[in-house]
Amino acid sequence: MAKKKVAKKVAKKPTKKVAAKKPALKAKTSKKTTKKVVKAKKVENTYKSLEASLVELIKNTSSVLPDDVQKVILEALHREEKNTTAEYAMNIIKANIELAKKKSQPLCQDTGTVLFFVSHPIGFDQHKFTKEIQKAVVKATELGYLRQNSVDSLTGENSGMNIGAGHPSIHYHQHNKKTVEVKLMLKGGGCENVGAQYSLPYTPLEAGRDIDGVRKVILDAVHKAQGKGCGPGVLGVCIGGDRGAGYVESKEQLLRRIDDINDVASLAELEKEIVNTSNKLGIGPMGFGGKTTLLGCKISALNRLPASFFVSISYMCWAFRRQGIELGDKNQIKKWLY
Amino acid sequence: MKKLTYPFTHEQVRDLKVGDMVLITGKLFTGRDAVHKRLHDGVKPPVDLTNQIIYHCGPVVLKDKKTGIHQVMAAGPTTSIREEPYQADVMKEFGIVGVIGKGGMGPKTLAGCKEYGCVYFHAIGGAAQVLAEKIDSVDAVYWEDLGSPEAIWELSVTEFPVVVTMDAHGNSLHSKIEASSAEELKKALKE
Repeated sequence: MAKKKVAKKVAKKPTKKVAAKKPALKAKTSKKTTKKVVKAKKVENTYKSLEASLVELIKNTSSVLPDDVQKVILEALHREEKNTTAEYAMNIIKANIELAKKKSQPLCQDTGTVLFFVSHPIGFDQHKFTKEIQKAVVKATELGYLRQNSVDSLTGENSGMNIGAGHPSIHYHQHNKKTVEVKLMLKGGGCENVGAQYSLPYTPLEAGRDIDGVRKVILDAVHKAQGKGCGPGVLGVCIGGDRGAGYVESKEQLLRRIDDINDVASLAELEKEIVNTSNKLGIGPMGFGGKTTLLGCKISALNRLPASFFVSISYMCWAFRRQGIELGDKNQIKKWLY
Repeated sequence: MKKLTYPFTHEQVRDLKVGDMVLITGKLFTGRDAVHKRLHDGVKPPVDLTNQIIYHCGPVVLKDKKTGIHQVMAAGPTTSIREEPYQADVMKEFGIVGVIGKGGMGPKTLAGCKEYGCVYFHAIGGAAQVLAEKIDSVDAVYWEDLGSPEAIWELSVTEFPVVVTMDAHGNSLHSKIEASSAEELKKALKE
């Protein structure tokens, strides 16, 4: 236990610095400091504090739900009728969110697939960064922020440290900014198992290759999931792409804030429609029956081949663990992204 | 809100109906995939499960190095449907009175509940901290060779919150909601 406390203190350090600096930071200064990031790479201890920043990111992601998610959960609680099992479930969910935050303990014992999305400037060393992420994941597992959750698919052996082929899952994107942004999502097995991929036309629903066909299969996926994905949940959807790209994009849609509005008008409308109609199905929290089945839906489209028309759907449970950080010049946490 | 207090009996659980919100006080035995498979393969349970409740849960347990005392850090339910092939037989063979899990179970288990006087309690998925707080002590651990999440943990709990979603009278909230939401879906797809 004593060891744990010390480690926590170390991990907290960078955030404290940020908090102190925050008011003084202006847009201009932030640009200046990020330029230094690229130059500062040669400094020996840079990556030491990067590991601490990443452990802090994992800890917060595992134990604290982002504000936009908490907001829709509270709204869902108030919507349910009093003295129903649905309201009962939502009240326990609310209490769990508060307790996990207070204790800095995992919201859910299934800390899920560890998915990193890193946006970085040109000239960034991905190999080095990957090693730092791996170190941070091992540390976070030792500290109990992550469960031992990585199993060799052939031997059934648990690596015990969440490291192995494909684990953790890291997606790199180069962007035009000078800063490094690291987003993290922890996605549990229960909700991952109810994800679905449809190929249009889909005869059982008479779903054709148009927006109405897309709507039909998304609603079908919500029905098939019932309460098994620990609803009320949030959908990330990709229309088009190949099978692989479609699923990855559907997960990246879950990086959007729940309250944002899609730039594409037809998709913004579809997102709204899916939430409204799903909530009329009466599946409710945990599948107990009730008013809230979905908390949100985020959709994007990728180009497809003339021969293919996939709709890929990722379901995220109510314990929607996602957070992100912008790194400062010493790889400290400069800003929280959600 | 109903209360179910140890020692449990088949008569007690037969009184429970789908939709009842219940607070359980007493003993729970965790058991998930590997335990069910092993029992089903004919291995005798290491502890008498007569009139006991099995909890589908792979808890996070820490052992104090000095005192050797176990503490449950997180203990939400895991998806129950994976035990569907085994659950009814476990009810029959070992005389359990209840199962706690999440997501519900299928027709074989529902029939087993009716025949052997058993209920399925739904705990709130993801609520690992609230549920861990209801655990007062870890009283024993069996079959640790299966690994910590898969072992049988004997737990004492106070007012552990659950909802009856499958009762001993053949009723299942899960099949009811699945059917009613299928009707609504049909309407929505015609719009």
